[in-house]
Amino acid sequence: MQYQAPESIDAAVALLANVSGQARVLAGGTDLLVQMKSGMTEPDLIVDIKRIDGMHAIIEEDGGYRMGAAVSSAALNEHDGVATMWPGVVEAAELIGSTQIQGRCTMTGNLCNASPAADSVPALIAANATVRVAGPGGTRDIPAADVAVAPGKTSLSAGEFVTSIYLPARPAHSGDAYLRFIPRTEMDIAVVGAAVSLTLDDKGVCVAARVALGAVAPTALLVEDAAAALIGTSLDDAALEACAAAASAACNPIDDKRGTIEYRTKVAGVLTRRAALIALERARGHS
Amino acid sequence: MSQIHVTTIVNGDPVEYLCEPDETVLDVLRDRLGLIGSKEGCGTGDCGACSVTVDGRLVCACLMLGAEMQGREIATIEGMADGDNLHPLQRKFLEHAALQCGICTPGFLVAAKSLLERNPDPSETEVRYWLAGNLCRCTGYDKIIRAVMDAAAEMRGA
Amino acid sequence: MARAPLYEEDRDLKLVGSRPLRPDGLEKVTGRARFGADVSAPGMLVGKVLRSPHPHARIKSIDVSQAMALQGVKAIVTKDDFNADSSDRNILTNVMARGKALYEGHAVAAVAATSATIAKKALKLIKVDYEILPHVTDVETAMQPGAPLLHEGMITAGMDPAPDRPSNIASRCEFGHGDVETGFAAADEIIERTFRTEATHQGYIEPHACMANVGPDGAGELWCCTQGHFMVRNTCADLLGVDVSKLRVTASEIGGGFGGKTTVFIEPVAMALSRKAGRPVKIVMNRDEVFKASGPTSSTVITVKIGVTRDGRLTAGEAELKYQGGAFPGSPVSLGAMSAFSCYNMEHVRTIGYDVVTNRPKQAAYRAPGAPMAAYAVESVVEELASRIGMDPIELRLKNAVSEGDKSSYGPKYKRIGLTETLEAAKAHEHYNAPLGPNQGRGVACGFWFNFGGQTCVSLNINIDGTVALAVGTPDIGGSRASMGLMAAEELGIGYDQVRTIIADTSSLGHNDVTDGSRVTFASGLATINAARDAIKKLCARAARMWGIDEEAVVWEDGHAKPAGENAGEFEPLSLAQIAAEAEQTGGPIAGHYETNAGGAGVSFATHIVDAEVDPETGRVHVTRYTVCQDAGKAVHPSYVEGQFQGGAVQGIGWALNEAYIYGEDGRLQNPGFLDYRIPVASDLPMIDTVIVEVPNPGHPYGVRGVGETSIVPPLAAIANAVSHAAGVRLTELPMSPPRVLRAMDAAKDAGTASKPQAAE
Repeated sequence: MQYQAPESIDAAVALLANVSGQARVLAGGTDLLVQMKSGMTEPDLIVDIKRIDGMHAIIEEDGGYRMGAAVSSAALNEHDGVATMWPGVVEAAELIGSTQIQGRCTMTGNLCNASPAADSVPALIAANATVRVAGPGGTRDIPAADVAVAPGKTSLSAGEFVTSIYLPARPAHSGDAYLRFIPRTEMDIAVVGAAVSLTLDDKGVCVAARVALGAVAPTALLVEDAAAALIGTSLDDAALEACAAAASAACNPIDDKRGTIEYRTKVAGVLTRRAALIALERARGHS
Repeated sequence: MSQIHVTTIVNGDPVEYLCEPDETVLDVLRDRLGLIGSKEGCGTGDCGACSVTVDGRLVCACLMLGAEMQGREIATIEGMADGDNLHPLQRKFLEHAALQCGICTPGFLVAAKSLLERNPDPSETEVRYWLAGNLCRCTGYDKIIRAVMDAAAEMRGA
Repeated sequence: MARAPLYEEDRDLKLVGSRPLRPDGLEKVTGRARFGADVSAPGMLVGKVLRSPHPHARIKSIDVSQAMALQGVKAIVTKDDFNADSSDRNILTNVMARGKALYEGHAVAAVAATSATIAKKALKLIKVDYEILPHVTDVETAMQPGAPLLHEGMITAGMDPAPDRPSNIASRCEFGHGDVETGFAAADEIIERTFRTEATHQGYIEPHACMANVGPDGAGELWCCTQGHFMVRNTCADLLGVDVSKLRVTASEIGGGFGGKTTVFIEPVAMALSRKAGRPVKIVMNRDEVFKASGPTSSTVITVKIGVTRDGRLTAGEAELKYQGGAFPGSPVSLGAMSAFSCYNMEHVRTIGYDVVTNRPKQAAYRAPGAPMAAYAVESVVEELASRIGMDPIELRLKNAVSEGDKSSYGPKYKRIGLTETLEAAKAHEHYNAPLGPNQGRGVACGFWFNFGGQTCVSLNINIDGTVALAVGTPDIGGSRASMGLMAAEELGIGYDQVRTIIADTSSLGHNDVTDGSRVTFASGLATINAARDAIKKLCARAARMWGIDEEAVVWEDGHAKPAGENAGEFEPLSLAQIAAEAEQTGGPIAGHYETNAGGAGVSFATHIVDAEVDPETGRVHVTRYTVCQDAGKAVHPSYVEGQFQGGAVQGIGWALNEAYIYGEDGRLQNPGFLDYRIPVASDLPMIDTVIVEVPNPGHPYGVRGVGETSIVPPLAAIANAVSHAAGVRLTELPMSPPRVLRAMDAAKDAGTASKPQAAE
């Protein structure tokens, strides 16, 4: 195995594109090293992207924020701007692993690891985040929802890697929230994750909403029916119930050591309703 | 595999080592530098026994490659006391009987120090959540939490 | 050998009961303490074990030729490198598979190589030809006729007549007295329920680790983390076929054991590799191996039936206990069957236990082995009976609590015990009378543990400067060196700081049984006290010689030799240091010794109170408050006694709520890591309040009882009782994971049987 730490995006792309065998990108490494130790993956080349300019940067762009691929959850959490605009996304990133993991793990890694249970992914999808991909053919921007295509598989081609994530600007009276269910209070993988992002008009009526779920299908789901149940309402009990029911209806989970189909389906509705209420509070606070 | 040459700072001292490309920082510390205070409880970032700081950031040494440490600054449990003077956290852990077997203790101390550097006056809940990635199977955490709170109070001069 | 001295009631203890710093503390907070994996030696090789991926398979052949040819590989061992005539065939076969792999993770071969990378590569080059066999991991399935047989010749022991066919039931045991049918006939209410518990792991944070350095003649040394290095030495000598005297074993600092380090796994393998390679070999398990190939405890199915009169007298108790102990006989079912009804004075009791083998790792002891599951079942039914007859649950327990002179459910009569005192302490505690919040319930439960004594040997050496070197042979897993130091200093009348306690290696002391059964503070403490008294006798004799008077005319008081009275003569008292300084002139070194097979350990009891909150929409349980009231006899170092109470309670919380070995249909463990084997983390828990009750043990001079294990016995039931009250439905399966709790609540709602949550009553 080889370890390389290129100092430019082009150099990284060249390494990734020309590898004979398997190459893996190293940012935080909190998934990659675990996979290497278990023998799940045996890469021939590791490309550490942390020495590339801009990978650790969070910059304002068109009223939103662009976050380099190597920005750790801890660094993200310390950035007041992002935490104020997208508290749900930051909370989701903050739920990945322990304080120690936070010091290393990245949302980009969370996305590219393509686990159905990744905490930050539903929040990014609900936020309508986009992802910038560099590759032999140049760069392209894709929705965060399009990165994972199956458990452990992404839509990225050979030689490509994610260089940044972009969180768009938001209108007034907007709020987002992410909740996950785990048996303990920390250190677990989500049994269900639910993210809600919404915008209210001046009268408090929901005019836009996005709802995303994690750990209930092979990839994180954007649940349009659940969002539709909120739009045009002031999130009264009936709307919340309809939203929860739509979330449960969208689930296509598996039975595994972390939860049952029945349980995940039911709790997805519960968490969606609870997340919607938090997002609502936040939207109301955004005057 | 050819070994990689790394120059870094450990507990304030310049250090050079050669390591395999897939060797973790924990392996480097323990097997190459003789710093056995950081422990491997799981090797997968789930127990916190290998907690160190890199450039001031709390991390698990088992989930980083030795090769990544070029030009970084690592701090381990071995650098926590100032000569014969124990850090207040170390003293409070002893006074509160916050260790039974002691295998998790270095990780807890490094993690707690990192917390108090950021938040000198944490609530019990904040301490518990910050330390949730440090597993202790002996104490039930009670005396550990008390020791950290007490050390924080002393360091604030309260 | 004299029997254990009796409790010295009028003794005024000066140091015992105080809270000094532990002698090994400084090394442990600075990272200098050396645990199992923390040593290395010149020329050391890395050992790695090849483990079966199959839960049950015949090993048709093992071809190591390609692996051996790999550059850097220095030795490979298989079953043929161990003593086939070993006296303990189960341990021999568990350490290295013979003929069949009996569980996923069973060791099949091992390699020693110059680096970890080469050792791992070599493991992949060993070719094992397996014939896969059907497997069984569930205890009740394993008991069925026609279940896949692990040991083709195993006939159930303890049956009369003996069965004529082999089965997976290793043995049957029965305990009790009276006639349960008569007892049930006298009851107004009877409840019978079946409970299930999953296998849990001790979860020590330090994986098994050792370093062996053995010569070609089999003589050598071993460094390892263990609860009993004498046991390791004796077992390794047996498994390698060498004399016990040829092996010297040194116990490292131990990073947790809880019973899981009371046997051997990798130690004989490292020694066999080292003998073959002629170089030191270190083996360190990874966490995956710890879960798959060390010794978790049993999973169980327990049926309990108890009768009660309307006025709260327990008339009869009956239990059937089925424990699977993994691939070999030896589950702790008999301890479960003995202890199930140990808290209650009942005229009619019967318990029947079955020890069952399955395709899982061989169980090892886990803190009060066998007792927590039995107490879970019994204390759940007792709580339900209290509700049924409308009696306060502590009141019901007080009415039936055993006390001195009562016949225990396992046979002997109790000496002085403290169950009633722990119940009274709980009843009087502010916690028991505090209001509950919404969705909260409160549970209580009692627990019992036998406590062990056992073989113990201690040496106490008086140094030339008047300090004391105390050598004990029981590894310190929770602060026992501090307790030993306190007891030695107490007897000698010197300062705690003047005593330094070490864990001596196996060549420096006579045999010591392992640190288990909560025996160390009691038995090593007893031996320490007596070794100190032995030294005092010698100190007095030296003083007598210095004064030129009879030995009998010298007494020892406050750390000084003094003339016994006016007739003895007038001499200035001599301090221990003064006598030590003259030792060379008065007869040479001064040392005290004591050897014993200690009896009189004194059983102990506890009562726990728990508040739990249940999320009605997700079934998630949060323990909001916890109080432990336990009889310690006499707390030698109260901080470490509290620590034992708290640690046991929290292990119990994990067992009750989230910890479980999860097996797939393929017989493989699905959660061999701390990510999905969910031990409690700091943010899951409240502070754990403790009340140290002190009812002296008549079998110890200070009244000490073991305290380490009793604390894990009540929590499973106490939490189940709290959750059942909060959820409005009786939970009968552990762990009470969120899906299980939610399903039970939903089912009760659908059936209309849900009771009102306790907080709303």
